Amino acid sequence: MIEISGVVKNLNGNLVLRGVDLKIDKGSTCVIIGRSGCGKSVLLKHIVGILKPDKGKIVIDGKDIALLKEKELNNVRMKIGLVFQGGALFDSMTVGENVGFGLIEHGHISEEEILDRVEESLNMVGLAGIANLMPLDLSGGMKKRVALARALCIKPEIILYDEPTTGVDPITADSINELIKSLHDKLKVTSIVVTHDMRSAYRIGDNLAMLYQGKIISQGSPEEIQKTQDPIVHQFINGLAHGPITEAVRLL
Amino acid sequence: MFDNFFIIIGRHIISFFYFLGGLSNLAFKTISLSFVPPYRKDRIFEQAKKAGLDSLPLVSLIGLFIGFIFALQTAYFMQRIGSELYIASLVALSIVRELGPVITALVVAGRVGASITAELGSMQVTEQIDALETFATNPVKYLVVPRFIALSLMLPILTLYADAIGILGSYLICVFRLGISSSIYLRVTSEALFHKDLFNGLFKTIFFGMIIALVSCYEGFNVKGGAEGVGQATTRSVVFSFIMIIIADCIFTALFYFIFP
Repeated sequence: MIEISGVVKNLNGNLVLRGVDLKIDKGSTCVIIGRSGCGKSVLLKHIVGILKPDKGKIVIDGKDIALLKEKELNNVRMKIGLVFQGGALFDSMTVGENVGFGLIEHGHISEEEILDRVEESLNMVGLAGIANLMPLDLSGGMKKRVALARALCIKPEIILYDEPTTGVDPITADSINELIKSLHDKLKVTSIVVTHDMRSAYRIGDNLAMLYQGKIISQGSPEEIQKTQDPIVHQFINGLAHGPITEAVRLL
Repeated sequence: MFDNFFIIIGRHIISFFYFLGGLSNLAFKTISLSFVPPYRKDRIFEQAKKAGLDSLPLVSLIGLFIGFIFALQTAYFMQRIGSELYIASLVALSIVRELGPVITALVVAGRVGASITAELGSMQVTEQIDALETFATNPVKYLVVPRFIALSLMLPILTLYADAIGILGSYLICVFRLGISSSIYLRVTSEALFHKDLFNGLFKTIFFGMIIALVSCYEGFNVKGGAEGVGQATTRSVVFSFIMIIIADCIFTALFYFIFP
């Protein structure tokens, strides 16, 4: 269980998160939706402990991660896989070294086992046999899949996805959605997906939460969100150019 | 108009202290993490090769030309007072005590420091440094420590090499152009140099190596924006490294002059 309560974050004088409250049940898939730049990725970085909140708490399995010492935080981190928006693959390493990075650094297991786990993870994302390629040789969609394989390789209990379908063609986007859903069903992991792609959100989410002006303003199942009466959520999910969100920006 | 002037000056002063604070913090973390296992020798060797072995051609070229130039410039004055023999001792002392260390450090700051900032900067922009953290890997331990150790070890070795090449350049000019006998040149050179001159020249380069590693990594970690940010950080890294090397050189020269005259 992940419990985020009252998280506030100021980045370079910009109040990005203004009291985020969100509960994510174990084994569920929560999709956080919101406009670009509204702080979704910042929230993900808080969950994995890269950023620390100015106020508020992030509790994972009963531990407030902001209060953990480096060693304990690292133990928590090894249970979380974060799939970055652009993949964030290490471009000086091969695909295989990228995927096995977590195990090479901390796994304390033999080289053969690492190679097996790397191949198994690449297989899960449908990219078997590319371990010797360099990230530069991959397309955008392949990079995202390799990033997912890298997250899977450490056998995480929680997987965080940062805009998994952004910047890829609709067919690749759909296959990534399918992959996220099948991995979730197969591995029973807790997933948090940050996206502004509503098609993707409806397809993969058990629970949708909308982040707006640094707060979660609405939360519910995909059906509940689709039937919402909230004008802000309504404008966002229907992709309307006119409404309270754009009005607020214009007034600023 | 004056308001703006003071605002600009104020901003520069604040950003200077911000830089100094950040650099000191990175230096503290790097030095303390250098003693924490695991010690990644493979990464240190990889960086030592990049910083040392790969810099040899450039250091050779610059060292040789500095030797040529310095011998000719010294000869211009020494011939006027009829003391050509002292060219050897003057060149040897200047190269070993000052020119060799500083020129090598500046070359390494321009070649290796700039590449470290560009590499770490693009890693920052593409979230690779955040990715390291998600795999419970401390970016300072993984990226800065090997570069810090490699540069602090390689700079004295490169300097020793540059000193030898510089003296060789001067030897070539003196022996083949100015007609000084080879044996006399070598004897005067060896008589002019004491152990303390060599120590004086090499000791400070350990710190020059540390400065280059810390400044270039700090600037790389603090890149903001995209490709433009990487370019600006690389420029800043080279400029700040140059300034700090010259200041450190001045401090060491004064220290050695007054403490070990």
